[in-house]
Amino acid sequence: MKKVCLYFQVHQPYRLGKYKVFDIGNKSNYFDDKKNKEVMEKVAKKCYIPTNKLLLSLIKKYKDKFKVSFSVTGVVLEQFEKYAPKVLELFKELAKTGNVEFLSETYYHSLSYLYSKEEFEEQVRMHRKKIKKLFGQKPKIFRNTELIFNNELANYVERMGYKGILAEGADHILDWKSPNYVYKAKTTKKLKLLLKNYKLSDDIAFRFSQRSWKDHPLTVEKFVHWINKSPGEIVNLFMDYETFGEHQWEDTGIFQFLEKFPDELISNGIEFVTPSALLKHESKDEIDMHSFVSWADVERDLSAWLGNKIQVSAAEELYKLEKKIKEINDPALLEDWRKLTTSDHFYYMCTKWFNDGDVHKYFNPYDTPYEAFITFINILNDMVYRIKNKEVETKPIKVPITEFPSKTLK
Amino acid sequence: MRVLMLGWEFPPIYSGGLGTACYGLTKGLSHHNVSVTFVMPTGPANVKGEYVNLLVADKIYKDKRIKIKQIETLLVPYLTSRAYDHEYALSMKKNGVSGILYGRNLFDEVYRYSERVKMIAMLEDFDVVHAHDWMTYQAGIKAKKASGKPLILHIHATEFDRTGGHNLNQYVYDIERMGFHEADRIIAVSNYTKSMVVRHYSVSPEKVTVVHNAVEFKEGPDYKIKKTDKLVLFLGRITLQKGPDYFLEAAKRVLDRDPTIKFMFVGSGDMEPRMIERAAELGISKNVLFAGFLAGDDVNRAYHMADVYVMPSVSEPFGITPLEAMKSGTPVIISRQSGVSEVINHVLKVDFWDTEDIASKILALIHYKVLNNELKHHGLLEVKKFNWDIPAEKCLRVYEEVKR
Repeated sequence: MKKVCLYFQVHQPYRLGKYKVFDIGNKSNYFDDKKNKEVMEKVAKKCYIPTNKLLLSLIKKYKDKFKVSFSVTGVVLEQFEKYAPKVLELFKELAKTGNVEFLSETYYHSLSYLYSKEEFEEQVRMHRKKIKKLFGQKPKIFRNTELIFNNELANYVERMGYKGILAEGADHILDWKSPNYVYKAKTTKKLKLLLKNYKLSDDIAFRFSQRSWKDHPLTVEKFVHWINKSPGEIVNLFMDYETFGEHQWEDTGIFQFLEKFPDELISNGIEFVTPSALLKHESKDEIDMHSFVSWADVERDLSAWLGNKIQVSAAEELYKLEKKIKEINDPALLEDWRKLTTSDHFYYMCTKWFNDGDVHKYFNPYDTPYEAFITFINILNDMVYRIKNKEVETKPIKVPITEFPSKTLK
Repeated sequence: MRVLMLGWEFPPIYSGGLGTACYGLTKGLSHHNVSVTFVMPTGPANVKGEYVNLLVADKIYKDKRIKIKQIETLLVPYLTSRAYDHEYALSMKKNGVSGILYGRNLFDEVYRYSERVKMIAMLEDFDVVHAHDWMTYQAGIKAKKASGKPLILHIHATEFDRTGGHNLNQYVYDIERMGFHEADRIIAVSNYTKSMVVRHYSVSPEKVTVVHNAVEFKEGPDYKIKKTDKLVLFLGRITLQKGPDYFLEAAKRVLDRDPTIKFMFVGSGDMEPRMIERAAELGISKNVLFAGFLAGDDVNRAYHMADVYVMPSVSEPFGITPLEAMKSGTPVIISRQSGVSEVINHVLKVDFWDTEDIASKILALIHYKVLNNELKHHGLLEVKKFNWDIPAEKCLRVYEEVKR
């Protein structure tokens, strides 16, 4: 019996406000609360609330035959609590049905694995705690930020006690293999690898409303037929939750699609599963992945966040502050610092689109990626100032502008 | 395709931004098999133009077909009429009563040029007339009437740009407006300029084609400039349009934060004395240098010396200087109120009035080395992609559409 695993990623960053050089030492509220609230309220209305409600009604209707899974970042959960408590309530209801599985990830949707294993583990722990508290679940499956994955990460995650991990079913991972089986990560003892079927996933996530696509409009019948035709045992459909109502607007018919999806699938004899149910499957083969792979862009690598020098520099400067910030025991400062680890801040500094003249294709709260960098570094500069001030405690020091790249703080 | 092109300057005789653009465009057109006869108002006799058949209006047909005495002219393309009056008065003082040597005012000069062009248009063979900026528009209209050939007006700047929208010269505005309405097609150097023309001159948007300027990339010498101070550069006419006052206010804000940085004005203009005064008022004279007008290699040297180039223009139809700076590997900050900001990405953009933002970005470029290097590197790559063949091809398409 063929199986389908639906997995949705839910995330919103804390976007930064305007922060000029002159704000260094004078302003320590870095985040654009107004904008974050606005975005949250908008997406809640267009996507989170209607989709959660729809999933609840589908679970009610099909009982144990319909299942979905989520990973919901800590930062988006906080913002639900603050700006859209209704969404959180609905997620809790979903958790109570027993047919919804929550996965582990870093609390801050960060690239911390690449820079600090210590911080990575702490953020994963924070996230576990939050999921346990809100939804009463202890995740067995891990998904790293943006599905960033390689052998070493697989080992690390296995040692942390996870039984399975999600990754992109990129062509260069799979070679001739099909993503439609469970695999084992090569260097691990028995960590199960669940690979995204990117063709079928992207048919919904990206191409659903694309009029130039030869298969537009996408009907449920057509799509289920493709799933049936697709070789192997499982089809992993992994996508951003915002696909529903936000990336694909309501008038594209995306909600009707989702509504009819379980019925069509079940009547074709296909079963819904959650990731942990797939742990029982035998591994078809081993996957050996030395370099990092992700689910972003055509490159499916790290270049969306760390593809140019300003991105790398911003990340390095950020993690240079980690040790000091943890030493001085200032919870507010640590929390601000952690909010800056969110990968979106680095994504906004991406310039590779420019070279294709493809500037308008991606959303960016900044005018230019350079603006994103300046804002970020100005804020780091303020953090350096806060750290130094904390160290001398009694008399505040004169506001400096620290040169970047900097030497590690003494 | 044969084009009668009307302009004010052409290298090597005089080369401001307009001349450079005309040169690049005619070179690009020559690659598309377009033959151009370029007419300019004045210059030495027997001058040869590269890529074009260059005619100097006041040197040909003299005394034969045009009954205007050959005169020396004060005309340069960027003069506002007020500035011309000023130059005129100066020359009167210098030459005493021999002031009759010069045209009484700018508009006589424009008229004189148009009469000569009318004669040329009757004698030359061409398919279209292509005229650059307001001083040639009358000439363009006359050439159109004399030959029956279509007229294309190319806007590099309008009276609104030159004056910032205050105290427009009504006469210039009228010439521009008449030109736009007589023209068969209009070419604007940016969407910014197109919207300006549509808004202020009630021209139908369908009549206006946008053709962005380009820049020629030549591998320059390595100037090997040794310097200790960080330098922020302003390069252009020191006039209201270019926003020198905003540059200075930003300098003050920067210096409050980092008093080691130097600022340099390269160029001259009617606001220069005021700027010198203002720097003193702000107490930053020590850090603000006035280099005066520079040309040729000295300009390149200035770009190379600078750590940051700022173009804070109040209204800039295109703005070629940021591209020149990028060619020299100097990161740039440009006003959003410019045409060039539509076509470049690897720069920092500001609103000209937001001097705090300008200052903040100057400080970032000086202090964040990675940012400076990244902009330098990518700016150079980006500017290398510019090429006059592209705008030339767009002009050719316009010619073909209007050709009768």
